[in-house]
Amino acid sequence: MPRLTINDLKKIKENQKSTFKLREGGYRAKITVHMGTCGIAAGAREVMTAVLDEISNSGAEDIIATTSGCAGLCAREPMATVEILNSPPVKYVDLTADKMKEIFREHITGGNPVEKYAFVVGSETTY
Amino acid sequence: MTSPLCLCAFGPLAQVNKMQDLSLHILDIAENSIAARAGRISIKIHESKKTNLLTIEISDDGMGMDDNMLQHAHDPFYTTRTTRKVGLGIPLLSQAAEHCHGQMTVETEKGKGSTIKASFQHDHIDRKPLGDIASTAAVLIAGNPEINFLFELRREDEDLIIDTEELKNDLEDIPVNSPDVIKIIKDTINDWLKQTNYVIE
Repeated sequence: MPRLTINDLKKIKENQKSTFKLREGGYRAKITVHMGTCGIAAGAREVMTAVLDEISNSGAEDIIATTSGCAGLCAREPMATVEILNSPPVKYVDLTADKMKEIFREHITGGNPVEKYAFVVGSETTY
Repeated sequence: MTSPLCLCAFGPLAQVNKMQDLSLHILDIAENSIAARAGRISIKIHESKKTNLLTIEISDDGMGMDDNMLQHAHDPFYTTRTTRKVGLGIPLLSQAAEHCHGQMTVETEKGKGSTIKASFQHDHIDRKPLGDIASTAAVLIAGNPEINFLFELRREDEDLIIDTEELKNDLEDIPVNSPDVIKIIKDTINDWLKQTNYVIE
């Protein structure tokens, strides 16, 4: 049975030793991708994959990605909510992987919400 | 783009044909387990040419359903959520199975958890492809690091098991959702699928 090898794990541990502590100390930004049936059917998984790729490429340790259920706006899926510490959350609608990457660069890294893709500024609860 | 006026009911109905492969159904059903506050979710996918079957089993230790709720689980116009009035996840998977001589069953016990099983005739022309199961695993693990996931993929006698509970023990202080770990999980699944493609072709 193939499985993750000890060497793989050792490599990760060595690479991460210096940085993992930051991750536990809270985060600066949180991205919630809505993953109800409606979101998934509209392409939410590709949006979430784009978020994970961008986090990985940026090397940032203080950004987390999570998923939530349907927010009741199925026709505007895929949707994501971006929360930056000490700023109001921003909901983005009608997303694609490319739009999400742009939002990651402009809003999460750059600090400027991408108004053309934003639906509303408001709060979000995850389950 | 869909009109913003048809906010709730027509959004998912207009998009049902987009649930294009089984890995998206699996992600959708697993999200139900997450909503049911599961601590452990196991996802088993078995493919066999010999028996001409593809079976999917998703089980969790979440809050489960009582008899009344179970009776309604196949009903698209029943949902536990309060944000809209239709729930299509289970009916869509059931339909996908029935389209290729398969079936879907739900076993559940209030307070203990739920198991959803779906079977498909492997070589049926209408059977949806498995799709990008590695991305489904990556998204589930990365988005829900506190939940323990077991992925068991089997093609005839070949199998691959990824158990994030075990993985977390081996990783010690490294979070299971760190990008390096997610990448290795994804690569491991994709490599295994590539290596075992000959089994089911």
